Amino acid sequence: MPRYAMTIDTKRCVGCADCVVACQTENEVPVGYCRDWIVQETSGVFPKLHLEIRSERCNHCEDAPCVRTCPTGASHIVEGGIVLVDHDDCIGCKACIESCPYDARFVHPEGYVDKCTFCIHRVQEGKDPACVSVCPTHAMIFGDLEDPNSEISRVLRTKQHKVLIPEAGTHPHVYYLL
Amino acid sequence: MHEIEITSGRMNPEIDPILHAWGWPIPLYLFLGGLVAGILFFSALFYLRNESDKYKAGVKIAPMFAPFFLTIGLLALLYDLSHKLYFWKLFTTIRLESPMSWGAWTLSIIFPLSILWSFLFIKDVFPSISWNSKLLDQLHELVKKFAKPIAWALLLVSIILGIYTGILLSAFNARPFWNTSILGPLFLTSGLSTGTAFVILLSKDHHEKLLFSRIDMWLIAVEMFLIIHLFMGFLASIQVHEDAAHLFLGGPYTAVFWTFVFTLGLLVPFLIELLEWRGYKLPTSLAAVLVLIGGIIFRFVVVDAGQSSRWLYKFMESSLK
Repeated sequence: MPRYAMTIDTKRCVGCADCVVACQTENEVPVGYCRDWIVQETSGVFPKLHLEIRSERCNHCEDAPCVRTCPTGASHIVEGGIVLVDHDDCIGCKACIESCPYDARFVHPEGYVDKCTFCIHRVQEGKDPACVSVCPTHAMIFGDLEDPNSEISRVLRTKQHKVLIPEAGTHPHVYYLL
Repeated sequence: MHEIEITSGRMNPEIDPILHAWGWPIPLYLFLGGLVAGILFFSALFYLRNESDKYKAGVKIAPMFAPFFLTIGLLALLYDLSHKLYFWKLFTTIRLESPMSWGAWTLSIIFPLSILWSFLFIKDVFPSISWNSKLLDQLHELVKKFAKPIAWALLLVSIILGIYTGILLSAFNARPFWNTSILGPLFLTSGLSTGTAFVILLSKDHHEKLLFSRIDMWLIAVEMFLIIHLFMGFLASIQVHEDAAHLFLGGPYTAVFWTFVFTLGLLVPFLIELLEWRGYKLPTSLAAVLVLIGGIIFRFVVVDAGQSSRWLYKFMESSLK
């Protein structure tokens, strides 16, 4: 059984937002909404400054609070660990939105709750998610953590990485290479 | 310096810059749910103590309002849903890890029970009412026969109704201000307190008013104790909890909470009821009204503050200044 995850190399990400545009196009995200976004974090004292650029999205957490609090089971985890929302089961109670420490979800104008799906429709065809496939600096890797020979497994073994707010306790699957 | 910004532009409706996906319907329902829990709990309690004639307003009259309050609350919840036509999906499954699922099923039990309970006392409260239906007569006899088991069930389900609303909010660990196990008991106590306040307003019997005032006084004391411990717990906890506490200790909710909820909604009614217990003549209704208004403001503040407390993207709030 695969376990999908994504890594984003913070030294290669230039914040071009191609991933944002690609996601918008591929998933027909309504204008005014976004499933992924670019965060720039600057710290230090001029001129000794440190800049980190990250592309963020739903982290498809292993211990997803959004799945736990969903009263109808619309929020569920499929094979591979991808967290999805079944549009026909979602009642729009927004409990999952209140549960997400990453503020990754939003209410779609059609009524159900929406978010990044790791482009599961592409993954099922053996392709990478749209954002990963367009990244001009190849900062993003998507793959199966259960496969020790996959690029993502090798990278996570050899490079220093972090996740966002691990203390929230959700075991996210989006890793940031440092 | 430490500067964080979202450079690709993000302004998801209802999510950014501060989460406000849950508006007025949720606190309104939380208040009405707590109020109904309090009303039905005391009604069932004094019924089982065979004091239904001693406390007419508490046992017989107040529950008449319960189905109406629940209806308004449920309609508010339905209005809040963004995928309204699918609301029935709530009842196609029970998910034990989701407090929202517990709530849906608890309401589906307590709503018919509250109607049956009101039906039991309908002839006592409205003596002129009569119906030309054998079926209703049989139903009335049936309800009278099962009054005691219904009362015990109501005792249990009303506690669940009162406490689950707090447990529901505390289950959202993404909202640090709600993420405390004190919230469940706090909401339960507040709900029971608003229930007693409602009975005080309905009652015309001095003896009944005094008893419910004394009960309310103790409930308010517990509530104040829990609120102090809520903040003590946050200040002794992790950074996000400390930040959540600071929303109320110098932050945007300080004035509203400590004036309208704590002082006018809890402390002043407590003092009025305390002095009344000591024999002074004071307007009990004033304390009751203050408790009810304080109760609803409390829920509005808690729901709003919870959505203002977060783990990430705190910088978004500065876009409002």
